[in-house]
Amino acid sequence: MPEQTLSRRHFFRDLAAKGLPALANRPAGSLRDDKSLQDDKRDHPALAPTLRWDDKPAVVGDLTPYNGPWTPELANHLLRRLTFGARKTEADQILALGSADAAVDFMLTPPASLPDPPVNNYNGPDFTDPTIPPGETWVNVPYDFTGEAEGYRIESWRGWWLRHMIQEPANIREKMTLFWHNHFAIQASIVFVGRAMYQHNQLLRADALGNFKTLVKDVTLDASMLFYLNGYLNDKDAPDENYARELQELFTIGKDSPDQYTEDDVVAAARVLTGWRINVVDLTSFFDPTAHDTTDKQFSNFYNNTTIQGNVNGEVELDALLDMLFAKNQTAEYICRKLYRFFVYYVIDDAVETDVIQPLAQIMRDNNYEMEPVLSTLFKSEHFFEAYNMGGYIKSPVDQVVGVMRNFNLDVPASTLYDEWLMLLYLNYLGNAMQMMPGEPPNVAGWPAWRQAPQYYRNWITADTIRNRNVYSDILSLYALQTDNDDLTIDHIAFAEQFANPEDPNLLIDDTLRLLLPQPLSAIKKGLLKGILLSGQATDAYWTSAWIAYQNNPTDQMAMETVRFRLSILHKYIMSLPEYQLI
Amino acid sequence: MKRRKFLQYAGLAAGAATFPLNGFSINPLPRLPFLQALAASGNPYERVLVLVQLIGGNDGLNTFIPLDQYDKLAGARPDLLIPENQVLSIDGTLANGLHPSMAHLRNMYNDGLVSVVQSVGYPNQDYSHFRSTDIWMSASDSEEFLETGWLGRYLMSEYPGYPTGYPNPDMPDPLAIQIGSIISLALMGDPNPMGFAISDPDAFYQFISDFPEPAPNTPYGNELEYIRLVTNQAETYYDAIKGAADVGQNLSAMYPAPGANRLADQLKIVAQLISGGLKTPVYIVTLDGFDTHSEQIDMTMGPTVGNHAELLRLLSEAVGAFQDDLKLIGADDRVAGMTFSEFGRTIAENASFGTDHGAGAPVFVFGKKVIPGIIGTNPDIPQITNGSEDVPMQHDFRSVYASALQDWFGIENPESILSETYPILPIFEAPVSGVHNTRGIDPFALGNFPNPFQGATTIRFTMPESAQARIVLYDPSGRLVDTVADRYFAAGENQVSYRNNSLPAGQYVYRLEVGTKWAAGMMLVK
Repeated sequence: MPEQTLSRRHFFRDLAAKGLPALANRPAGSLRDDKSLQDDKRDHPALAPTLRWDDKPAVVGDLTPYNGPWTPELANHLLRRLTFGARKTEADQILALGSADAAVDFMLTPPASLPDPPVNNYNGPDFTDPTIPPGETWVNVPYDFTGEAEGYRIESWRGWWLRHMIQEPANIREKMTLFWHNHFAIQASIVFVGRAMYQHNQLLRADALGNFKTLVKDVTLDASMLFYLNGYLNDKDAPDENYARELQELFTIGKDSPDQYTEDDVVAAARVLTGWRINVVDLTSFFDPTAHDTTDKQFSNFYNNTTIQGNVNGEVELDALLDMLFAKNQTAEYICRKLYRFFVYYVIDDAVETDVIQPLAQIMRDNNYEMEPVLSTLFKSEHFFEAYNMGGYIKSPVDQVVGVMRNFNLDVPASTLYDEWLMLLYLNYLGNAMQMMPGEPPNVAGWPAWRQAPQYYRNWITADTIRNRNVYSDILSLYALQTDNDDLTIDHIAFAEQFANPEDPNLLIDDTLRLLLPQPLSAIKKGLLKGILLSGQATDAYWTSAWIAYQNNPTDQMAMETVRFRLSILHKYIMSLPEYQLI
Repeated sequence: MKRRKFLQYAGLAAGAATFPLNGFSINPLPRLPFLQALAASGNPYERVLVLVQLIGGNDGLNTFIPLDQYDKLAGARPDLLIPENQVLSIDGTLANGLHPSMAHLRNMYNDGLVSVVQSVGYPNQDYSHFRSTDIWMSASDSEEFLETGWLGRYLMSEYPGYPTGYPNPDMPDPLAIQIGSIISLALMGDPNPMGFAISDPDAFYQFISDFPEPAPNTPYGNELEYIRLVTNQAETYYDAIKGAADVGQNLSAMYPAPGANRLADQLKIVAQLISGGLKTPVYIVTLDGFDTHSEQIDMTMGPTVGNHAELLRLLSEAVGAFQDDLKLIGADDRVAGMTFSEFGRTIAENASFGTDHGAGAPVFVFGKKVIPGIIGTNPDIPQITNGSEDVPMQHDFRSVYASALQDWFGIENPESILSETYPILPIFEAPVSGVHNTRGIDPFALGNFPNPFQGATTIRFTMPESAQARIVLYDPSGRLVDTVADRYFAAGENQVSYRNNSLPAGQYVYRLEVGTKWAAGMMLVK
């Protein structure tokens, strides 16, 4: 596969020149060109048996199934963590299931089918795809060697992915897909083939709740991964250790334990993996026996001195390698810690290690690396639903970008295909201004927020990113994100109308906060919020009469503006609270 | 730092104590007469308007009492009306007096610091609090909804492009600061809000204190504290506001104890920021509770006590202390205040010892540079037939705004902000030069950025014509400590960069001298 650096750079420069929203502009050079791991991947200390910060409170509870009352607060907590933001209708739906057990089962049951593939929605004033007409999918076309169409296809895919995060009903699949993306982190700007990224992404989605071991095998043989970590160059005469190293260090064994594989193990694994190549026509992988090292591979004491017999069938050797990796207890422990940091909290102290991680890892091994029993146990646990543990998770930028839209029932407007493409492009680049864009992790280790001690989630929060998070919620609450034919903006009145008593300022604020914030707000702050609805007046009835005046005469613009304006400020203010950045 | 702790420090500041804050040491010296003289006569700053919003609809008839209508008022509001012998008389007229709670405001009036505009309102009065507030804030017609505020439009015209390119050397500070509420419609621009809101005095002290409000000791509380800290520091104007608050101070002894007067607490912050050198031209503060449908007065103690009396006392005390403070910090030449409320109240009292939503009411404008006196005539109190009679509008509120825009801020065409021409009322002394096309009074437009600074700052000024000029630096005792430049400068904008090598942290005055003319500015070394 030819190097695509030039056309990629051109593509992003062109995008910037087209006038994305100012804050979404990303200088072409700032995309990470370096796919090799930098030192920053190795800067996380090995997870010593005791990992503790005295200034950070520990979480409490264990994996005992939660059997307490099933409340709106708990239902919302489940939605906030397992999707990209709670919608009122979904909160009602999950609550109506009556128990944590039933609700978690529901959340772990995604639709049977995968979403339809992305289409050419990018034909517009700047570019016309030479092969694919508008509205037809581009995921089956050959690679565009000029590279130009690929830039548009990558963004089309990225927007398609974001759209599914926004539109997905209440289930965990899209969040798990992002979890796996962070785990098997590859950069679309380096792969730079739309079709390959699409296939890779659908693979993660299809296996999202499936078998971890199967997924590792599928990803190992995936064209995007073969390209990204040089597997396609791994040859018996010139073994490339890149994938063999990350397979152990980042994808299975991890570096948490001091008991470690050796450099020789990396070389031996690389030799096992020789011979896998990419078919540039359909972007599948195939095995080339002539490039495969058929000698025996000897592993260290860490792997019980395992020998993998040389075989002309590379897949037999790959299976043997995976059996060896998955025989190590570290593999299940490592992935359970990653799950924990992605879904629960980043502090893993002695109690969490003993009461949560170790039992989960045992469940994973007992179930032959099936994900569903592990997730089910974790999410049904007292630990997960303990009130003390709620709200300590700082939203990722994608949680923020998608979350505002889900919280306020926004869909991506699509008056034309091109409007849809542009709107999704804006949204992705707004997320990028908060330091995260799906498909562009900083390197193969994924985003620092989920791995880098001691800051973890706090990596997301800087003076710059917090401002950009607020700019985004300000745009959607006070103004609109605009394309030629569409406005993306919050319908404040429709949002308030979802609640049982929008005419009562106290109940309206309580219901709104319950949906939008993870913990109750102080009485002082609630008083400030009510002051917005009442314009500082002391009498609740003024809001009530304004609301009723509007309800009685919804076409009266003055009556409408009187309530709409106050609601818009209320919602803007809630979203600019630091509390809104927590889930 | 907790609020109490902060106040303790603020108190120390008056005694010139050195205290460490945010990792560096500031020596918050009191303004010596020398500094005051330099700062005041050099006029390095611009004019400031402080709006005092009285939320709920103030009963103007019991506030500024038309004594020549007393008998008719006594018939309409027998329980509520202040006994004639307890009305505070004011100099120069027998036809008006003030509520007995307003001694401070009466003193200010007699000192020539107050202009009262009678019966301010608008045509086709809307009796909804919300609508009427929106009308006052946006300066719209009664039947119109505007999404921008009158001050938002003013600030847009003065600071085009905001927020892109701000802060900058010419305007390093927030364009407007609102205390006590959230983004008033008055400050909305198109499409950006033009102001900075501090929700209440407590939030202000948290904002400038580096230690946000305590959060629970849970994972949630722990992460929340972190985000709050970064959020505060992420605020574009954090350095400017904190810098001003760190060195600014209140010198008046008239302020009530913290927490005793919620309006005084806000105005005290405004004075502190002005004293600290903030160039912000607009502040909004609020006092709520004026919606006195019932128990406007104490039913047993009579009309001089009760809710309304208490509110007017808060207002009068707060404004009195603020004005005293402005004088002591040397800022009273360039700060004016104005009270307003969304409407007045009915002439007749109701059965609950209160009054209902009305129309016109007086506006008080105060400051050293207001033209003192009464504008307009007393309302003619009619015969009450159904109890809903109110005070008809005599002055459109947009006339008051137009006067502020033209004579206080020096805008040539107030109609460009207000969309129509309104009569200019003789409320404010026009800027010294009589030229209405600049905000500033300093002919050199002298300023420096960044400020406060460590290391280096850039002094900027405009030369009306090319000439020899000198820039010198004084320490707080008036000692000349450095000569920044002494050479020929070309006409137009000039920049001189100044690197501090030896001066200790503190407040300094730099002075630009061109022939016999000069201007001065304050710089803060961190």
